[in-house]
Amino acid sequence: MSDIRLQIDGQEVAAQQGMTVLEAARGAGIEIPTLCHHEKLEPYGGCRLCIVEIEDRGRTKLVVSCVYLAADGLVVRTRSEKIDRIRRTILELLMAHAPDAFELQKLAEEYGAQRDRFEKEPMFCIHCGLCVRYCAEVKQKSAVGFIDRGIRKEISFIPEIAARECEPCKECFPLCPTSYLQAAYVLTRSLASSADKVG
Amino acid sequence: MDIARVDQIIDKYEAEPSSLIQVLLEIQAENNWLPAEALERISEKLQVPLARIQHIATFYKAFSLVPKGRHRIHICMGTACHVRGATRILDTVQELTGIQPGETDLELKFSLETVNCLGCCALGPVMEIDGETHGKMTTAGIEDVLKSYE
Repeated sequence: MSDIRLQIDGQEVAAQQGMTVLEAARGAGIEIPTLCHHEKLEPYGGCRLCIVEIEDRGRTKLVVSCVYLAADGLVVRTRSEKIDRIRRTILELLMAHAPDAFELQKLAEEYGAQRDRFEKEPMFCIHCGLCVRYCAEVKQKSAVGFIDRGIRKEISFIPEIAARECEPCKECFPLCPTSYLQAAYVLTRSLASSADKVG
Repeated sequence: MDIARVDQIIDKYEAEPSSLIQVLLEIQAENNWLPAEALERISEKLQVPLARIQHIATFYKAFSLVPKGRHRIHICMGTACHVRGATRILDTVQELTGIQPGETDLELKFSLETVNCLGCCALGPVMEIDGETHGKMTTAGIEDVLKSYE
């Protein structure tokens, strides 16, 4: 575990080998916005909101800080016109799915994202995967998972497992940035109980 | 499909979690679809969470979680077939089998699917059944072709 030194927003930051840029920044009190990051979970790189600009051996490139490993001599910029523009667009796209999510609105205000820039397609899930990954990695129950792909990808509880595990746990509920998870859970439960009545 | 056969397939791959897709493909090939009991068994034996299996089984188009017929009809809707009357071919097949694209008939004989190009535009309009290509289809000829499948 050798120490490495990098520069984030002009500030010298010490980090350990194997840390991501995001971890190094947060350790030094520099805030980078994230939606899919959770310290108990493996890095995912799903929301792309934590994008930063890095300068390595004279070249600049855009990387996602939650999965990019910190390296010695790295120069990182967490805010610039370009980064803000990218984050704004990401937020605007996500708001087409979940226009009234509190976390998105808060970030939208900071980055000047317009809520109604893109045509609304409310599915309320932004595919951050927090619930799916928390259930699999921390609880090791996998009661909720993704199904399908592309524009039809959505979260889905497995009724048999959810009926057994979810009621006393519900630890994934506060993780959801849009509250869609709770709705999906209630829907699964009501479908399961109505199936019981029929059966 | 009985559970013993599922177990046999799982054993063939030594219950290796990384063989999940191979196991699913083999069951799909034999049974035409993946029943819930089979998936539960795989989850148990391969030690892969059911949610993950469900994700994979819904991700790939090769898998089906609903029963499929013994014969799969693919009707080409690509540009070349379209201008040569693919819509009329589709209408006739729908009329004869009584099913819409994406559906399977009650006897589990046919499943109907539309595809966007089968890559043999010169044979348009093309209908493919179980991988066998029937080119230059006419609405009158469909009945005979369908009859040759049991």
